[in-house]
Amino acid sequence: MVSYGRPGGDSPGGATSFWAWSRTLADKLIEVRDLYFSRGARRIFKNLNLSISGGEVTAIMGPSGTGKTTLLQLITRQLVPDRGQVIVDGVDIATLNQKGLYKLRRRFGVLFQNGALLTDMSVFENVAFPLREHTRLSNRLIRHVVLTKLHAVGLRGAADMMPGQLSGGMARRIALARAMVMDPDILIYDEPFVGLDPISMGVIVRLVRRMNDSLGLSSIVVSHDVKEIGEVADCSYLISDGQVAASGSPEELRKQSSELVRQFMHGMADGPVAFHYDAPDYEEQLLGRGEK
Amino acid sequence: MFKDIYNTLTQFLRTFGAMNLFFIKILQHTPATLLKRFRLVVYQVYNAGALSMVIIMVCGLFVGAVLSLQAYSNLERFNAEDTVGIFVAFALTKEIGPVITALLFAGRAGTTLASEIGLMKATDQLAAMEMMAVNPIRRVVVPRFLGGIISMPILAAVFSMIGLLGAHLVAVDLMGVDVGAFWQQMQQTLEVEDVSEGIVKSIVFGVVASLIAVWEGYNAIPTAEGVGRATTRTVVVTAIAVLILDFMITAYLL
Repeated sequence: MVSYGRPGGDSPGGATSFWAWSRTLADKLIEVRDLYFSRGARRIFKNLNLSISGGEVTAIMGPSGTGKTTLLQLITRQLVPDRGQVIVDGVDIATLNQKGLYKLRRRFGVLFQNGALLTDMSVFENVAFPLREHTRLSNRLIRHVVLTKLHAVGLRGAADMMPGQLSGGMARRIALARAMVMDPDILIYDEPFVGLDPISMGVIVRLVRRMNDSLGLSSIVVSHDVKEIGEVADCSYLISDGQVAASGSPEELRKQSSELVRQFMHGMADGPVAFHYDAPDYEEQLLGRGEK
Repeated sequence: MFKDIYNTLTQFLRTFGAMNLFFIKILQHTPATLLKRFRLVVYQVYNAGALSMVIIMVCGLFVGAVLSLQAYSNLERFNAEDTVGIFVAFALTKEIGPVITALLFAGRAGTTLASEIGLMKATDQLAAMEMMAVNPIRRVVVPRFLGGIISMPILAAVFSMIGLLGAHLVAVDLMGVDVGAFWQQMQQTLEVEDVSEGIVKSIVFGVVASLIAVWEGYNAIPTAEGVGRATTRTVVVTAIAVLILDFMITAYLL
């Protein structure tokens, strides 16, 4: 099994070689193989295949309702696929028992779309929460770690505030501090740019890139904000109709000739993705014909 | 019609089975919660118990007073008004105390537990805990469940005590029943078994009311409407379950 610890952190004295580290970066950290998943009668994924490399920012893009968040839930086994495999660091996560799953999840940091901060705790306690649950660090050390993480997201001054007092952008930055407080190997961002003002969005974009590079993480960003993804992602997957429609760097995607990719990347109203959801004929419906 | 009855019955049995499995899961995590997260349990005793104290005391006072008033007006016809204390004490400790406490608990604390957990689910807080490798049943559900169980007998005891005080105020201070007769007859007649019947009932009601509240919250549909429905169902299902169980326990213990 390949280890994805940070450089110099895998052996006493930090003796892990640069070559070992660079090898891990090139390997596939997460692989999704032949994945099928349905919600009721609606098929979300059919034969989905993709792989996520270590050390990179990988974007999962697609029109609304294509199952981007569902894919994240499958990768973290919040959902179980109907068929197929999700392999994280060489391990099929379907084979893990709860203890093994929780051990794996400690390597993940997840930033939920709405932040998902615990509303009965202050900002400080929210960030300290994973440390208090999983470590026996002294209060003094926990305070240092939490303040360091809050400083990294620029919100050290909000430590005593309650989640209800935060703006959307602030809540997401606090959630980011909490997601990285256990020094995860993989950071997952679910729609991190939605509903943010341009300043907050710029801050989050820079944080995603900076965290990934400075901490040596691997990041998965689910989003349909093409411009922001273009700034942070090393590799992008465009998902449509339950499969990967296109993949490559954002620049490569922009140059693709496929109609679907062009429609999505350039935000065109007309194209393979219909504006209207499946419905009966408009005129027939307005005139009440064919209705019971 | 038969199909509807069959479907309703099947759905009820399925939910009942799932709730029992959920109960077993809670019991599995209880020792770890008591050992490692006792502070959370103490906080939930405050949340479910201490914060329900005012409503319990006010209701207890007036229920005791009205029982005393009814008892006095009827017993007076037989010149037996001195036995008002016995009547009220039996009614409060064996039946009315535990039952009304459980109903008030469902309305005050049960709804709080269900809506808290339901809202945590709706705002992804439970999913966030799962992703932080923290079991939400151990961290969120079990402390609330235990807090409810510990609170219920204490609240029922307070309800009965304050109820007796209300009865005393009406019978002795208002109607002129002899204070010595009021308390002495009660002391001589009321047995330990009578009190323990009330305690048993309040513990059983505590388990049932807390289980229904945490179950409804944990399985709420994660929308505003879903949480609202879960909260309503908590009160309705608890009230029905408590009254049915009260009859069953009374029939068993008599």
